[in-house]
Amino acid sequence: MGETLIRAVDGISLEIAKGEFVALLGPSGSGKSSLLNLMAGLDRPTSGSILVEGRNISELSRNELAQYRLKAVGMVFQSFNLIASMNVIENVELPMRFAEIDRGDRDRLAREALQRVGLSGRLRHRPAELSGGEQQRTALARALINRPQLLLADEPTGNLDSQTGMEIMDLIGEFNDSLGMTVVMVTHERSLAERYAGRMVFLADGKLVGDQANVRAVPVQKRRR
Amino acid sequence: MKTSDLSELAVRNLKESLLRNSLTTVGISVGVASLVAMLALGIGLQRLASRRLKASGLFDTVVVTSRRDLRSFSREQEMSGPAPAESPALDEPARQKMEKLANVMEAYPDIRFITELRYQDKAHLTMVSGLPTSSRSNDAFDSMQGAFFSSPTAAEVILQKSFAEELLGRTRRLGDNDAPLADIAKPLLGQELVMRYSERVENLAGGEAAQSPPSDEENREASYSIVSHRLPLKIVGVTDLDPESMRGQFRARVFLPLQLAQDLHVLQAGNVRDTTRAFSRTPQYATVAVKVKRARDVPAVEDAIRKMGFNTLSIVDATRSMRQFFAILDLFLGIFGSLALAVASIGIINTLVMAILERRREIGIMKAIGASDSDVKRLFFAEAGVMGVAGGAFGVVLGWTIGRLINIGTNIYLKRQSFPPEQIWATPWWLVGGAIAFALVVSLLSGLYPAARAAGLDPVEALRYE
Repeated sequence: MGETLIRAVDGISLEIAKGEFVALLGPSGSGKSSLLNLMAGLDRPTSGSILVEGRNISELSRNELAQYRLKAVGMVFQSFNLIASMNVIENVELPMRFAEIDRGDRDRLAREALQRVGLSGRLRHRPAELSGGEQQRTALARALINRPQLLLADEPTGNLDSQTGMEIMDLIGEFNDSLGMTVVMVTHERSLAERYAGRMVFLADGKLVGDQANVRAVPVQKRRR
Repeated sequence: MKTSDLSELAVRNLKESLLRNSLTTVGISVGVASLVAMLALGIGLQRLASRRLKASGLFDTVVVTSRRDLRSFSREQEMSGPAPAESPALDEPARQKMEKLANVMEAYPDIRFITELRYQDKAHLTMVSGLPTSSRSNDAFDSMQGAFFSSPTAAEVILQKSFAEELLGRTRRLGDNDAPLADIAKPLLGQELVMRYSERVENLAGGEAAQSPPSDEENREASYSIVSHRLPLKIVGVTDLDPESMRGQFRARVFLPLQLAQDLHVLQAGNVRDTTRAFSRTPQYATVAVKVKRARDVPAVEDAIRKMGFNTLSIVDATRSMRQFFAILDLFLGIFGSLALAVASIGIINTLVMAILERRREIGIMKAIGASDSDVKRLFFAEAGVMGVAGGAFGVVLGWTIGRLINIGTNIYLKRQSFPPEQIWATPWWLVGGAIAFALVVSLLSGLYPAARAAGLDPVEALRYE
């Protein structure tokens, strides 16, 4: 490092209300994922602050940040990021192991979460034995398991065909709607954003270039076919 | 993360790269095995040596002589206490008094005399001595052919191998291989040996002295007669080793039960000297052997006997220097054993560092979903620990097996050389526990660096890694 300083996220000021569904849009390298990582507590800003429910997470210790990721945030990724050596239920249970939840509760909660994402039948399969959609459902169940208030999704449909992508988006929309989770989703598919997100934020070269409410978002009831 | 979860995850992670982790664990096992084998040998040899020394009776025995016995007159330690002429006599009451001292198991007189023994009408001259029943446990009788005396007064005899050979007319030339003891014992066991001896019978000055008052005893004239006897004895045992190795030239080659030897009142070497002195009917002894419970009680008992006014002789310092020798031996064997474990620990470091590279993304995922640095660190630590404990346990089994095999081999060799089998390998429980604990500590130390490195990974970087 130390050669050229890249400002991946540069002077962005953004406020997201509780329960919002925000889509971060922009071309590759525009800083969407970096911004999401900052919100997730995976990365720290060199300057500036990130306030989550009044707490500046840029000032948290590594340990507090881990607790924040564990309890306050759920994350899903484009590449699913499941642990290959663990089966579905073990993957979903993993955050609860870090949260030191008892074995019996863990099993029950994991089954509930998997039921919610419609994956009750494949508990003992390993990720490699699942389709992309099933893997992303597992990842969603894992993101929900500690009941976080913030769901961060990094191109959750990027590796899925459009039909499966829609199913995953429906699930995310439902969490936003019925569980009241705040959703921030990175995507470069404008159509998806328009269909699901209540607010669209545009980034380019690490800077905020647009922020608009999406009035055309399809109401939840209508989405349910 | 809870410890149970931690160990469960560690075990499942280890199972994922089964071959590599097994090889690492085998590496630890070999290290632990060599450590265990080395130390087991050291401990076994030490135990063997102290068992042998204990059985030899050298270190728990105090030999008591009278100060009147001028053979040891010039020795420095006897300068204290009463002068020889005023010192008490080493007689039966003195012996009984010694037997009542704390930590004393028994005190028995030393009866030995040179006499003639006839076997098949040929006379042989040798030293004969009495053996107390407690000598049965002496290591000299471990490999004895035949049996120990049937009773303390039985007319039975045990022969030393060299005397047995003499009886059979075999002469050993230098460099000859020892004939097996069994071959020598076979024609002799159960045979009869006739001992000629001279009984000492006291004459109390024509019978009048019996009525004379005790005050006159000093001036009384004393004398004794020597009466020759023949006593048939049955040969019950032939022993290879010498139960009297510390007696040097006074070693006996024929042994009688002590009580029998006492009852015979055989004229002893010291008796001639006694004639210059007044004597009573109570038996006097040239030496009394005092057996103590433990070797470490020897100094105290020796002290007490010296206060009674007798000379004492014991060997006690040898055990101390022997312990020192074995402490050093164990240390060196342990160092050599640990070297293998050190090599194994490099194996652990290598395996875990490789695992970090391989599982970089997995570490990133765990951090993204909420694992703290310490969770990741402890997970790698636990993996090192599991390998350590498994390797340690397997290594102990391996080391024990190696020890067993070598012991069996040694005993086959000993048997060929017609020696009794020995336990040269000892694996005490503390060694088993200690070796596993040591393997665990070494593994955890080896896991320190990899675990810290895994914990320090940047989650964003780690997630980017494919």
